Amino acid sequence: MKVLVAVKRVVDYNVKIRVKPDNSDVDLTNVKMAMNPFCEIAVEEAVRLKEKGVATEIVAVTVGPKAAQEQLRTALALGADRAIHVQTDERVESLGAAKALAKLVEEEQPGLVILGKQAIDTDNNQTGQMLAALTGLPQGTFASDVAIENDKLKVTREIDGGLQTLELTLPAIVTTDLRLNEPRYAKLPDIMKAKKKPMDVKSPEDLGVEVASRVKLLKVEPPADRKGGVKVSSVDELVDKLKNEAKVL
Amino acid sequence: MSILVLAEHHDGTLAGATAHVLAAAQQIANESGGAIDVLVAGEGVGDIAEAAAKLDGVNKVRVADNAAYAHLLAEPTAALISELAGDYTHLLAAASTNGKNVMPRVAALKDVAQLSEIIAVESADTFARPIYAGNAIATVQSEDALKVITVRTTGFDAVGEGGSAAIEAVDFVADNAQSTFLKEELAKSDRPELAAAKVVVSGGRGMGNGENFKLLDGIADKLGAAIGASRAAVDAGFVPNDMQVGQTGKIVAPDLYIAVGISGAIQHLAGMKDSKVIVAINKDEEAPIFQVADYGLVGDLFDVLPELESKL
Ligand SMILES: Cc1cc2nc3c(=O)[nH]c(=O)nc-3n(C[C@H](O)[C@H](O)[C@H](O)COP(=O)(O)OP(=O)(O)OC[C@H]3O[C@@H](n4cnc5c(N)ncnc54)[C@H](O)[C@@H]3O)c2cc1C
Ligand SMILES: Nc1ncnc2c1ncn2[C@@H]1O[C@H](COP(=O)(O)O)[C@@H](O)[C@H]1O
Repeated sequence: MKVLVAVKRVVDYNVKIRVKPDNSDVDLTNVKMAMNPFCEIAVEEAVRLKEKGVATEIVAVTVGPKAAQEQLRTALALGADRAIHVQTDERVESLGAAKALAKLVEEEQPGLVILGKQAIDTDNNQTGQMLAALTGLPQGTFASDVAIENDKLKVTREIDGGLQTLELTLPAIVTTDLRLNEPRYAKLPDIMKAKKKPMDVKSPEDLGVEVASRVKLLKVEPPADRKGGVKVSSVDELVDKLKNEAKVL
Repeated sequence: MSILVLAEHHDGTLAGATAHVLAAAQQIANESGGAIDVLVAGEGVGDIAEAAAKLDGVNKVRVADNAAYAHLLAEPTAALISELAGDYTHLLAAASTNGKNVMPRVAALKDVAQLSEIIAVESADTFARPIYAGNAIATVQSEDALKVITVRTTGFDAVGEGGSAAIEAVDFVADNAQSTFLKEELAKSDRPELAAAKVVVSGGRGMGNGENFKLLDGIADKLGAAIGASRAAVDAGFVPNDMQVGQTGKIVAPDLYIAVGISGAIQHLAGMKDSKVIVAINKDEEAPIFQVADYGLVGDLFDVLPELESKL
């Protein structure tokens, strides 16, 4: 079974971003970029499926600027067999990404597509669900466990009250939650080998899709500032302050 | 210009989230001047529909009561909403795991963008939403004729009760041969729901193990609090996943949030920094959590928690 994995280049999760002084966007100049953490989990899951003999080929894909090839190389180093880069400098949000991915699903005919549940830049949490709609496939979002049995996908999902398990027909779309697995690190020899793995570059026009976002970003502002308060020296002082100053007890 | 709100419900009861989403719908209606309908989808949801009909500002409640919608599986539920969408300019749901599962699917079926987790309504097409773990607030304008939106419930005060909207059945039944519900393991708790609680006490990796979370029970009992956790505490298996507070877990904004043995990573702060009063208990005086805490107590939680419980 072929597995398609979607990866997005985003700001590294350790970076505390700043808003540009003109409020047009966040400032990403000289900021460390990385593969979205949920995509790392997606790649890891695909690699594990290959190690189990369930997946036969892993294709990593991204939609974004030239620099996003770094993240595809990371996916290749982690175990993807080849990569497809849909190159664009447009501001791509979930619907545009899902449209490009849907075309690739049509071309590649994978048995399973794995995405992250959420990109940590826009915090959208939409692309997998949209891809499922556009391809007419079932979706298992926020997965904490997946298993393929009798040509069906059994997926356990992290939901508000706890866990839910569904059975989906294949092909299917899965989005990863944090507990699905713990991603491995790429080893140096694999990073070297990844440089020779095939990477196909296409444009959105090649695929016949529009990827630019139809949501206008009017302004971006820092959140309301929260000032640190005081340190209290004892439990008694804490209780007193909560009762008499904050009046929350 | 009318608005459809997808009702959130669990265990046969209407969830409080719905009244918050209605408040957002009301603000949009104030701008655009349309009626607000509520859609209750599920199996055996008659009582839920009656409860929804009592909420303020509801024009009518549309009920799709059918086995096809049991557990609100994404495929049939999105097909249903998409079928009804033609009557509306805005489709709203809570940014719950249900809303997040279904609404993007609806949006793509309609070939429109989706706006996630709005926290403010600027106009009928312009909304504010947090991005980058809440480290920036984006004001975004949708150019689509149909707006599909999930609402962060902490951003809007719930509407009251006093309405008596008409209830109307929806006949459309979506086919679904693709997904089957197998089981649900839901955490049972007598405590208030995390997202709705006035007080939240959360434990982190510093709690050491799941057993030690009992140290929070007595305090939560006295305060009528919900118990939350950091990702590290969930990943370590101390507590179930539905207790995770943060960027990729639950968003809370109680009157009082007590963080115990939590360092204060940005992903955790994203889920709780809009709380009115924040207390941090941590043995490391340099822990970043103290930068957002109104009251910080540097100390070992194993000493502090029993004393705090006895003094409340
Ligand atoms: C994609 C992504 C999404 C994430 N989403 C979330 C999320 O939604 N929510 C979330 O919480 N995190 C999230 N995280 C994880 C986040 O980055 C942190 O790793 C996590 O919040 C740390 O949890 P913690 O504070 O409990 O653990 P630690 O950072 O290990 O902190 C433990 C704290 O306990 C204190 N401590 C230890 N022993 C004691 C004691 N005896 N008494 C008092 N204090 C003590 C220590 O001083 C320390 O400050 C996410 C990370 C990523 C990459
Ligand atoms: N531009 C993109 N290119 C490739 N994959 C993407 C892109 N945007 C989103 N995705 C995938 O969709 C997931 C969720 O993103 P989102 O729905 O935008 O929060 C990510 O973790 C990726 O797996």
